[in-house]
Amino acid sequence: MSGGGGASRDDNGDSSTGPRFAVDTVPVAAGSADVEQPYAALGLKPEEYERIREILGRRPTSAELAMYSVMWSEHCSYKSSKVHLRQFGDKTTEQMRASLLVGIGENAGVVDIGGGWAVTYKVESHNHPSYVEPYQGAATGVGGIVRDIMSMGARPIAVMDALRFGALDHPDTARVLPAVVAGVGGYGNCLGLPNIGGEVEFDPCYQGNPLVNALCVGSMRIEDIHLASAEGAGNLVVLFGAKTGGDGIGGVSVLASESFDSSGSTKRPAVQVGDPFAEKVLIECCLELYAARVVAGIQDLGGAGLSCATSELASNGDGGMSVHLDRVPLRDASLSPEEILMSESQERMMAVVEPERLDDFMSITARWDVEATVLGQVTDGDTLQVYWGSELIVDVPPRSVAHDGPVYERPMARPAYLDAQVADSTVGLPAPEEGPELAQALLDVLASPNGCDVTWVTQQYDRYVRGNTAQAMPDDAGVVRVDEVTGRGVVISADVNPRFAQLDPYAGAQHALAESYRNVAVSGGVPTAVSDCLNFGSPEDPAVMWQFERAVSGLADGCTALGIPVTGGNVSFYNQTGDLAVHPTPLVAVLGVIEDVAARNRAGWQQPGLAVFLLGATGDDLDGSLWAQVAHQHLGGLPPPVDLEAERRLGRTVLAAGANGMLHSAHDLSEGGLAMALAEAVLRHGIGIEADLEGLCLRDGIEAFSALFSESGARALIAVAEDDVPDLVDLCAAQQQPAIRIGTTGSDSLRVEDLYDLPLSRLRAAHTGVIQRALALAASPA
Amino acid sequence: MRVGVVTFPGSLDDHDARRAVHLAGAEPVRLWHADAGLQGVEAVILPGGFSYGDYLRAGAIARFSPVMDAVIPAAQDGLPVLGICNGFQVLCESHLLPGALVRNDHQQFRCQDQTLRVESTHTAWTSGFQAGQQVVVTLKNGEGAYMADDRTLDELEEQGRVVARYVGDNPNGSRRAIAGVTNARGNVVGLMPHPEHAVESGYGPSVDGLTFFTSVLNSVVRA
Repeated sequence: MSGGGGASRDDNGDSSTGPRFAVDTVPVAAGSADVEQPYAALGLKPEEYERIREILGRRPTSAELAMYSVMWSEHCSYKSSKVHLRQFGDKTTEQMRASLLVGIGENAGVVDIGGGWAVTYKVESHNHPSYVEPYQGAATGVGGIVRDIMSMGARPIAVMDALRFGALDHPDTARVLPAVVAGVGGYGNCLGLPNIGGEVEFDPCYQGNPLVNALCVGSMRIEDIHLASAEGAGNLVVLFGAKTGGDGIGGVSVLASESFDSSGSTKRPAVQVGDPFAEKVLIECCLELYAARVVAGIQDLGGAGLSCATSELASNGDGGMSVHLDRVPLRDASLSPEEILMSESQERMMAVVEPERLDDFMSITARWDVEATVLGQVTDGDTLQVYWGSELIVDVPPRSVAHDGPVYERPMARPAYLDAQVADSTVGLPAPEEGPELAQALLDVLASPNGCDVTWVTQQYDRYVRGNTAQAMPDDAGVVRVDEVTGRGVVISADVNPRFAQLDPYAGAQHALAESYRNVAVSGGVPTAVSDCLNFGSPEDPAVMWQFERAVSGLADGCTALGIPVTGGNVSFYNQTGDLAVHPTPLVAVLGVIEDVAARNRAGWQQPGLAVFLLGATGDDLDGSLWAQVAHQHLGGLPPPVDLEAERRLGRTVLAAGANGMLHSAHDLSEGGLAMALAEAVLRHGIGIEADLEGLCLRDGIEAFSALFSESGARALIAVAEDDVPDLVDLCAAQQQPAIRIGTTGSDSLRVEDLYDLPLSRLRAAHTGVIQRALALAASPA
Repeated sequence: MRVGVVTFPGSLDDHDARRAVHLAGAEPVRLWHADAGLQGVEAVILPGGFSYGDYLRAGAIARFSPVMDAVIPAAQDGLPVLGICNGFQVLCESHLLPGALVRNDHQQFRCQDQTLRVESTHTAWTSGFQAGQQVVVTLKNGEGAYMADDRTLDELEEQGRVVARYVGDNPNGSRRAIAGVTNARGNVVGLMPHPEHAVESGYGPSVDGLTFFTSVLNSVVRA
């Protein structure tokens, strides 16, 4: 594995410590102001380079330049997004903050879920690496987010993945999709973390820019929260985990700061290589270290490797830090100091340890056969100093590297094409009216890449390990038990409809929030916190920047309206090939609390004779719908209006009905509308329904087509026992919740009075095997 | 009764196996791969996972760990030992059980609810079932295809040492749809599916798996 991406260089085999290179030292830099430095090749702009010189009062050494270049990259510094992300903090009220134990800015936010338990969760993108090297890109995406969660002091308890690819029938999708799924599964399965849900979507806009967003959630007792800070002069800085190699050198700045250019050179060596076994051992080792209370501060090594870990730990602490880079255990002895600082080798952590606890620390790492090395110590100075042998090669204010990167107010402009796209609504498109046409439309949607069954993906993931999974795909949200005694747990869903966000990014982000909130509530969780992963095109394009600002505003305003805080998130820019940017894809993951996961609601009914109600009102909301995509490859008009008050009401109603013990099932309505929700509910446990939509059409003033395929928000399908119908009606009336009975469960078909009667077997035949068949077709010679 | 559950580096379902032992009414005891002793336990479970990263071959390195130096002779002396998934692979690598587990024929990791038919109730771990009983447990593996030559398979069948078979589509290409086998004495059982993930209502496909763990209690008490 050695020699991954390192520059080739003769190695004289001298393994003794000390300089092996003509290193650029601080004294040398101070005395040679005019040396030309390759800042541009490292991705720094001339004015950024000048600022570094200003901060240091001299030119940076080559090692300092390496550190600044990775830490000031878009990926690490959020330089284009920072001015907008402030909204999340600004719009969070004291009341919203009540359950927040650790907020934005740490490795991941931490939420109080009651009973003395805290959970931490976060979503991160690993988009570009997953296009270049799909298996390793996706695998290390999971590995990275899991380490973020570990570094808060938590035991990781589950993962989720939201995946977006180009068209299902495109040949490159057959290259990327199976390898990404195998990578997510290969890493997560080997870590022993259940995969409890996610999304899979296909759209040509992701052809050259697939999105791989990985979520991890972890739990801990509140008193076990750990933070990334290096405090207390004399405390030791310990690097532990895997050895450092040449993989992922410059991955951060090279891969995340440039769009793909078809004429560009291949960037394969820049993708990191993962070893899930090493990470599994690291997890157990860290948890034992935490339990033994020998860790004063902890930080994972991810993007920007040691540059990030040292500068963040030091800048969050109360003094400086001094480390000896030549002590870093290497897989590749030929690595230069700059490369060691930038390496993104996986499965590494950095801890701050009090000297008197070091022996205990080392005996625990030894027990797990984890290599641990004291690199240096916390100092009472105010700079981060890095030595190579006896030479001082870095001497910088740590904050200037970690937190005071450049901040840009990039120009924004509403995209020129948007007026025409919004004007091009679905009104006037041929739509089905009669029963057989509506039945065919449903079968087409069910068999479409974005409406089909995704078991081919989810069956490659272990959803059972650790034995606490109460619910996973294909139900609406993942539900995991945290407390094995009381059953207290969390409910999580990650959602976005990028087609809505393309038409109106403000509304699109709120729809993502609303759908995730709805999924959590209908599954029985009280929505408590929000995390996000904002995937966009190039921030240097004013149209993309406008989309980004609108989406952030929409999400921040939406969170205020729903009364739940954003706990953290991730921004991924430059998801763009040439002029083609991905649809704005603000993935939102709402986390809910459930006192006993046994009380969760299933998405499908499990017995005949139940009364089925549709909660919420339906309008003629077909723009941006799955039907428009499947029937007409159409994307235009405006997304459904967002009504967050209605979402709150729906959530309250479903949770109240659940608390009364009357819910046999609850399923959210989203893509594909009621037609899709009914089909999913009957297929879930193989029990059909006799439905009648006449009352619904009359009440809402709509035709059968809209009743079936409209994607209006704030709706859910619930099933209750016949005896409970009066109570449910009373409860809905008290909540002012629109509710109408649309049918009774039973039989083995999906029957809608006067429209269609489709046997479950026919629905299932249309719905399943779609992905397998497409991949098999792509694999077979034409 | 005390039942040891071994943790190798890379073991994943050890926590679940301990929970299953507890729910069955026994006391789970943690056994560490690097420790030579068995702490006087009356049965041992080798749990699922990817011991030592499954480098080289699944189970191939774990077989040489210090704890196995104690498990192997004890198993030969009649100590009840259950190997689940990776544990089954370790038992085959240790030659406590015949055959080998190879990559699934479809080349993918597969996680699904799986119906099994319990073929033999003459083992320490299946005595609580009815012969021919169908149960639903979790299946999750990448290298779960059971392989042995025809002579060995015939011998296993003749001696009633096929413990369980997959019902319905063969999920991984196992020969003769074999999901688990036992040794001649019936104290050592290897199972590719995961009974420990079917012991608690609401957290798995069923509670059918619990019987594997209650069986061993009864067989030890009887013995």
